[in-house]
Amino acid sequence: MKSLEELKALREKMQKQMNVRDAGDDTVRILVGMATCGIAAGARPVMQAFLEEVNKRNLKNVIVQQTGCIGVCRLEPIAEVFVPGEEKVTYVKLKPDMIPRIINDHIVNRNIVSDYTIGAAE
Amino acid sequence: MKELSLNVLDITHNSITAGAKQIDLTLELTADRIIIRIRDDGCGMDEKMLASVTDPFTTTRTTRRVGMGIPLFKLAAEQSEGFLDIKSRINEGTEVTAVFNKNHIDCPPLGDMASTVAMLMAAVPEDSDLNYRFETEKGGFSLGTAELREALGGDISLGEPEVQQWIAEHIREQEQSYTCEKE
Repeated sequence: MKSLEELKALREKMQKQMNVRDAGDDTVRILVGMATCGIAAGARPVMQAFLEEVNKRNLKNVIVQQTGCIGVCRLEPIAEVFVPGEEKVTYVKLKPDMIPRIINDHIVNRNIVSDYTIGAAE
Repeated sequence: MKELSLNVLDITHNSITAGAKQIDLTLELTADRIIIRIRDDGCGMDEKMLASVTDPFTTTRTTRRVGMGIPLFKLAAEQSEGFLDIKSRINEGTEVTAVFNKNHIDCPPLGDMASTVAMLMAAVPEDSDLNYRFETEKGGFSLGTAELREALGGDISLGEPEVQQWIAEHIREQEQSYTCEKE
């Protein structure tokens, strides 16, 4: 059974890693649309897939956050990726099995997955 | 919405948008009912807004004129011959209660509440708290952002992937301990 003690241990482990993040300002932000439209279209499993993939690869400079309606509800689930110094990339009609490729190609290797972007869908 | 927990994720975001400092989310399971209660001390609604809030053409969103959150939640409750009740006072807060008949053929599955709660805890601003209470006839448990933040100290966000995973697993374990033994 999990206890809050375990969480404290997790904290100590993470604090060390946090120092690494604070040193640079190259943090990538991923925003997942979580309004009614996004949730109904399957944003929660997509969000989970992002969290799992970031965790699995132990990526320290990536923040995954929820946001409201991005405005193109028919293309949900949508995620916006903000890489410092680069233009925002909007991925649309996401499914959990598309996430590992986005993390691998875009977040780690900085190659945008053009097939999944809003430009390809339109 | 395929699962009630997705409705909960959606509707509780409204409490966050309402600027609530304290949000109480309760899930109560009885032999034949699922009762979901979301109570906040946010900005509340006036009578006019409250009267029209179940209308899909009422919304506060600025991206379009349609708001499906509350109407979909109400639909889900009424499909199972349950009901949705909303009490609200401007500047005081809102309480949404949804009651479902668990054994009704059209009652949607509850789904993954643990992930919903974990994600909501990440979405709550740092100066606000969310408390989740799970109740069954055999007892229950609660988990709040206040105790989690205390355990984690001030510098680690509840949105960190590792923390998210911990919260969801913790809730899953707790819920199972109250629901699985009866068979």
